[in-house]
Amino acid sequence: MPQARTTPPSHATEKAARPRAAAPRPPTPRRAPRGVRLWRGLTPWLFLAVPLALLITFTYVPVANMLAYSFTDWDGVSPELNYTGTDNYVEIFTRPELFRVFFVSAYYLAASAVQIVAALYFATVLSFNLRFRNVFKGILFFPYLINGVAIGFVFLYFFQDGGTLDSVLALFGHESDRAWLGTETSANVSLAGVSVWRYMGLNFVLFLGAIQSIPGELYEAAELDGANRWHQFRYIIAPGIRPVLSLSVILSISGSLSVFEIPYIMTGGATGTETFVIQTVKLAFQFNKTGLASAAAVVLLLIILAVTWLQRRLVPDDRVDLV
Amino acid sequence: MTTLTTPTPVTRGRVARTLTYLSLVGASVVVLLPLLVVLLTSLKTEREMADDSGALTLPDDFLNLENYATAFRDGEMLAAFGNTAFILLFAITGTVLIGSMAAYAIDRFTFRFRKPVLALFLVATLVPGVTTQVATFQIVDSFGMFDTLWAPIALYMGTDIVSIYIFLQFVRSIPVSLDEAARLDGANAFTIYRKIIFPLLKPAIATVVIVKGITVYNDFYIPFLYLPSDDRGVISTSLFRFKGPFGAHWETISAGAVLVILPTLIAFLLLQRFIYNGFMRGATK
Repeated sequence: MPQARTTPPSHATEKAARPRAAAPRPPTPRRAPRGVRLWRGLTPWLFLAVPLALLITFTYVPVANMLAYSFTDWDGVSPELNYTGTDNYVEIFTRPELFRVFFVSAYYLAASAVQIVAALYFATVLSFNLRFRNVFKGILFFPYLINGVAIGFVFLYFFQDGGTLDSVLALFGHESDRAWLGTETSANVSLAGVSVWRYMGLNFVLFLGAIQSIPGELYEAAELDGANRWHQFRYIIAPGIRPVLSLSVILSISGSLSVFEIPYIMTGGATGTETFVIQTVKLAFQFNKTGLASAAAVVLLLIILAVTWLQRRLVPDDRVDLV
Repeated sequence: MTTLTTPTPVTRGRVARTLTYLSLVGASVVVLLPLLVVLLTSLKTEREMADDSGALTLPDDFLNLENYATAFRDGEMLAAFGNTAFILLFAITGTVLIGSMAAYAIDRFTFRFRKPVLALFLVATLVPGVTTQVATFQIVDSFGMFDTLWAPIALYMGTDIVSIYIFLQFVRSIPVSLDEAARLDGANAFTIYRKIIFPLLKPAIATVVIVKGITVYNDFYIPFLYLPSDDRGVISTSLFRFKGPFGAHWETISAGAVLVILPTLIAFLLLQRFIYNGFMRGATK
């Protein structure tokens, strides 16, 4: 995530490079010939041409187009498209089955809270000296690196009737033959659980990095003052990692709103597990409702921008240079 | 690294310590068990699966690699790995060149519109790719790139703003005096970029290659939308297609999943330290 304020880098190069060779110069340096000046002015643009072209083509033009499509009834294929005003937006907010996907996000939001608390706990515990520290670190982080489709299959088998979870429960004498992905609540809870399994490692590693950048003397001083582990966490670690914590919260919120892979791979959006992005993809690419899908995407984008803005306001000192 | 010894009363410390280890072992079991079971399943025969003896039983023959052969052959995994490698090569090379050039231009030159350009890159980080894909699709399609490997390559190169930031951080840390010395020797901007800046960016390049590599290898959304043809599957989409033909053949699906996870595991074990650092930088910068 970028910082809102970027410190201006030294602009010295161009200016300093020229006059230093001949030290005493008249106050107004001789102007370079026109061709040279033009070339100099052009140089940065030569470096920026490709990056800027790609950035505009694949980020800004789509956003602009999307806004334009969202006010039409375009199907994405035909040359015909009619301006329909705000009809699409009205449809999203008034058709309950279209709006319902937002409630699915609530499961993932709740899961994010669990995820951040767990990551915080493990990061704190593993920043102290423990045996097999690096092994535990590796195990906890590894799921984040695994391919989403593979994770989807691993957990389809996990929740399968007679699969991993049922077998484990049977070990504890709990014979169950419930279909974990069969009802809406249990399916969404299961999928949100998979999301915690998958993403906890990233939060964990970010927190760990932040905690380790806190000077060790602080703990020692605190210990001399009789602080216990909880005090150390409360008064040294928590404030020390605040920027990363706030970054994680915002990533969790925008992540919870844009869940796609795991539910799409595992249930295809069946039994009430359809998320906002699954719905948008279906509207756009299966039902050819590009206009409506664009409006949906604009709504999602606006929500995410609002959340980001809010976070910037609430935690203005967004310096994440700890790591 | 902060290491602590606890001078608190011994018994209390020991209980706390035990509980800590218990929680860590518990978490490790939660992480490893689902993966382990899939590994076991991938080694079972069709008949063993039909026995219905539960997911936790061991396979009769630990060297039964038949499912892997089936998955690899019938799942067309070879073509998938080939396509993925092709996309990885071009997307990563492109990202490194584009990111380092943009960072060099933004940091080392003063020019009109410098601030607005920087702002363009900044604001773009706020737009998540999933939201704009409906409109991006039309653009990719109008370039005739739909269903070619160039579609994901262009998208991965063009929408990766995080790597530009990583490069920007590093370019800032390279002393300007190096550029100036080279300039006095008659080097122009391109020579300076190629001979001085780029070689000094090695740590940043390693970070970008790792973060980008893992992201591209694991991505599902973009290839799923842009590469519908069977012969243009990448590993994600090819594995996803297992759902159809192999239906309830969990032994084959498991073998496919293990085949996809294995390269990641090897890369992780070999590059652990760089991967942690890479993700910390990638996410926070």
